[in-house]
Amino acid sequence: MIDFINRFFKRETSSGMAKERLRLVLLSDRISLAPDVVEALKADLLEVISRYVEVDESHTEINFEQREREVAMLANIPILSLKPRPPAPPVSREPELVVASPLQPAPAQAAALADAPPKPKARRRRKRTNISATQSFAKPAEAT
Amino acid sequence: MHELKADAEPAAQPVRLGRAYVITSGKGGVGKTTTTANLGAALAARGASVAVVDADVGLRNLDVVMGLESRVRFHLLDVIEEKATLDDALVSDKRQPGLKLLAAAQSREKDDVDTDQMKALVTRLRERFDYVLIDSPAGIELGFRNAVVGADSAIIVCTPEVSAVRDADRVVGLLPEHLHPQLIVNRLRPALVQKGKMLSVSDVNSILHLPLLGVIIDEPEVIISTNRGEPVALSADSKTGAAYRRIAARVAGDEVPIPDFSPAPSGLFDKLSTFFGGTR
Repeated sequence: MIDFINRFFKRETSSGMAKERLRLVLLSDRISLAPDVVEALKADLLEVISRYVEVDESHTEINFEQREREVAMLANIPILSLKPRPPAPPVSREPELVVASPLQPAPAQAAALADAPPKPKARRRRKRTNISATQSFAKPAEAT
Repeated sequence: MHELKADAEPAAQPVRLGRAYVITSGKGGVGKTTTTANLGAALAARGASVAVVDADVGLRNLDVVMGLESRVRFHLLDVIEEKATLDDALVSDKRQPGLKLLAAAQSREKDDVDTDQMKALVTRLRERFDYVLIDSPAGIELGFRNAVVGADSAIIVCTPEVSAVRDADRVVGLLPEHLHPQLIVNRLRPALVQKGKMLSVSDVNSILHLPLLGVIIDEPEVIISTNRGEPVALSADSKTGAAYRRIAARVAGDEVPIPDFSPAPSGLFDKLSTFFGGTR
């Protein structure tokens, strides 16, 4: 019940903090990426995606999750506008992949994209803390 | 619990080998030695023959936890260096004749032993005992490797702390896969877990993903029995003792459920909290 109240008032428990700290420290232990490298990876990822579609950076969640004894990266990136923007001049190798069919995101990593709301109005979901975001194992689709 | 195993030499007699468990954790101070002593006592109380081996060369501790410090004459290195026979060096427990201790050398260095010597020693013990429990030193250096090399199973002891879980994760990654490590969560305080102030067993194991061998609640009686040099596993009316006896039963192959330490949802709020995805 205390847990519930804490959750209700968005207060973080110290065991929740411990869990989150463990998650981060083991992430870098296991894939030997330092936390600042992970941050840089997130920034680069966002930058690349926003070359093609307009994303809501403030509601973007990029997390690494422990699955059994491996690590998976999950991205939940709300799209503000699907209007394909011309790729920036110094393009990456395969711009067609996304630009040609913006309604059909690349299957593998972009599962989260497909779940993102098609219009900004749908972004009414509660702002979640990092902790609960990583706990919600099977629901990146909550974005709708 | 015996395995029939043919020796490497084709003409050799099949040798009955007991199970050898390494008890390890990476981090120091999480209760490896206490776990080794109590699991050894509980297994012996079931009638098995058990050798507990202190592999912490230079920082001998298992003898005092078991209350056998005054009986130690020879140690592991004496046996390896053939200054004493195995029989000379094995110290009989005060309470249970089936339980023997092989103490570590106190005035020696960890690298006075190598992995081949340790492996041979543990094999000799496995030929004579149903169970060999090897108390590993903290760390992941030679002392750890020496403790692991002769084992065919592993027990990871971990407390619900960030540092202990991190180190346990590291150690699991270093263990040979065939040891199939199992987890004992030590010093759990259910009241703190309930208040969200301590990692729960499932929190710990959501990181480590190991078969859960048991959970030991943090009780003062463990400290008191260690002060006395009497394993709590033998005190009949102790909850912690019962928990160690259940662990011994699981090691022996019995199906013993692990009790749920989280209080069941009772009031409306608890149920609501569970409904909204409250963590256990």
